[in-house]
Amino acid sequence: MPVEIDIAKVAKLARIALTDEEQETYGRQLADILEHAARVQALATDGVKPTSHPLTMVNAFRPDEVTGSLPRDEVLAMAPDAVDGYFRVPKILDEQ
Amino acid sequence: MTWEAVIGLETHVELQTASKMFCGCPVDFGDEPNTAVCPVCLGLPGALPVPNEQAIEGILSIGAALNCTLTESSLFYRKNYFYPDLPKNYQISQYTFPLCLGGHLDVDIDGTVTRIGITRVHMEEDTGKSTHVGRSGRIQSADHTLLDFNRSGVPLVEIVTEPDIRSADEARVYGTELQRIVRALGVSDARLEEGSMRFDSNVSIRPSGSTELGTRTEVKNVNSLRSLHRAITFEIERQIEVVESGGTVDQETRHWNEDLGTTTSMRNKEESEDYRYFQEPDLLPLHIDVSWQERVRAALPVLPAELRNRYRQAGADARTAEILVDGEGLGPLFEEAAVLGADPRAVGIWLTGEVISFTRTAETAVTTTPLTAAHLVELSEMTADGRLSATAAKEVLTAVLEGEGAPGEIADARDLIQVSDVGAIETEVDAVIAEHLDAFEKLRAGDPKTLGFLTGQVMRATGGKADPRVVQELLRRKAGG
Repeated sequence: MPVEIDIAKVAKLARIALTDEEQETYGRQLADILEHAARVQALATDGVKPTSHPLTMVNAFRPDEVTGSLPRDEVLAMAPDAVDGYFRVPKILDEQ
Repeated sequence: MTWEAVIGLETHVELQTASKMFCGCPVDFGDEPNTAVCPVCLGLPGALPVPNEQAIEGILSIGAALNCTLTESSLFYRKNYFYPDLPKNYQISQYTFPLCLGGHLDVDIDGTVTRIGITRVHMEEDTGKSTHVGRSGRIQSADHTLLDFNRSGVPLVEIVTEPDIRSADEARVYGTELQRIVRALGVSDARLEEGSMRFDSNVSIRPSGSTELGTRTEVKNVNSLRSLHRAITFEIERQIEVVESGGTVDQETRHWNEDLGTTTSMRNKEESEDYRYFQEPDLLPLHIDVSWQERVRAALPVLPAELRNRYRQAGADARTAEILVDGEGLGPLFEEAAVLGADPRAVGIWLTGEVISFTRTAETAVTTTPLTAAHLVELSEMTADGRLSATAAKEVLTAVLEGEGAPGEIADARDLIQVSDVGAIETEVDAVIAEHLDAFEKLRAGDPKTLGFLTGQVMRATGGKADPRVVQELLRRKAGG
């Protein structure tokens, strides 16, 4: 069954600029994936226990302990721009 | 037409755990930006989150205190959006299957109790802090945003109410009570001005009596319970004005401006929000089994509403009971003194008067002062049997707080003991009557003004130490009244 997908919207939400050709390619691939999911969805699953996660484990916690942080110089060195210990990014409100 | 407001509140509470929600960075960071960050809370590729068990305990206690169902199976989700203070481009949150569902909180306004439904309480992580730097303040011309990720990943609990709130007053009382509960649980200091507790209000109006919901706006940026009240009041009035002048309310987010006392529209670039929630694949499901749920409920402290009831049963009035709950250490002192036989009314007046003003001035809690329940009992007895006047009792109380000793010692040292011995006072009364026969004749003739005059004379003769109640009683009796 064909699945309609608004590839332009998906790309915009993900902040990915796609050429028309890429939109066509990825649109088709995504539609295939959704179509596969739709086929699985259509299977008769009566009597199958619902699965919320592929692993059967639950509750992997850590104790509330401070284990340390990274040196700030190293952290800021990874960023394109930093000032006075802050990351600096282009202003937010008028982006795009 | 009369209008009714329909309000729902979303409250964010930062949990004061030692470490962050999904990594071992400290929560208690100083002012230095980006000093409590690591691959997990910076969203570096390949870093894996692991939930903090203490934070899970914290949210469960909030849910239990709000009478929620603690859900047995719960999941983390990714809430996807782009904003620079969110380094992963998604926030780990909960969506369907939150940890706590369907509770309530009762708010009491002057004896009228309204039940506010709690839709859900879910676990998420806080974002970083962004500071927008304007053109004017900088030499480098371009406007930009500075980011500090110390707060990124701090455990954050979101508490969502049903649209059950009908006025700004109810919203404030709900907020105040929620803050008390969170503090009583010891999971957060819940300070609005510092952002460890934040309120977003969904406000709409409808004709009174209608059951339909109007278009709502979401009001953000209140940083005190007072501004929560002001912002909602303003927003209700604004919406009524819009509708009554023939307009319609837009569904939008509005920003409360504390200085102007108004809300203004926050135009969002994104046409519509689409968070594309999906289950967080890096985290396992949570399973809170019944024994864990029971342990959480059993470990709850006595909550503010119950404390208020207890204090009222011990003899405090409604206002006093509220102050006793809010003032650190006041309630236990009141209860202990009442149990030991002190007059609860007098103790209530002292604790909410002299004691609070002393601790406020000293910027301390009553628990750090020398005042004990035994002192209050002694003071209560001395007042009841007439040894101390109400004024002298307050002076003695302040001296106790200042560490001068026990009430009896202080009253002696300061010569504040009233003479209540009728025989001793009667001698003075007779002397005064002999000296002011005219006035006494007037009193006998039924002139009430002379009673005050004669009482004053006796007080003067005794250096202010006679119990004025005894003096007046003697004068009336002698005048045959």
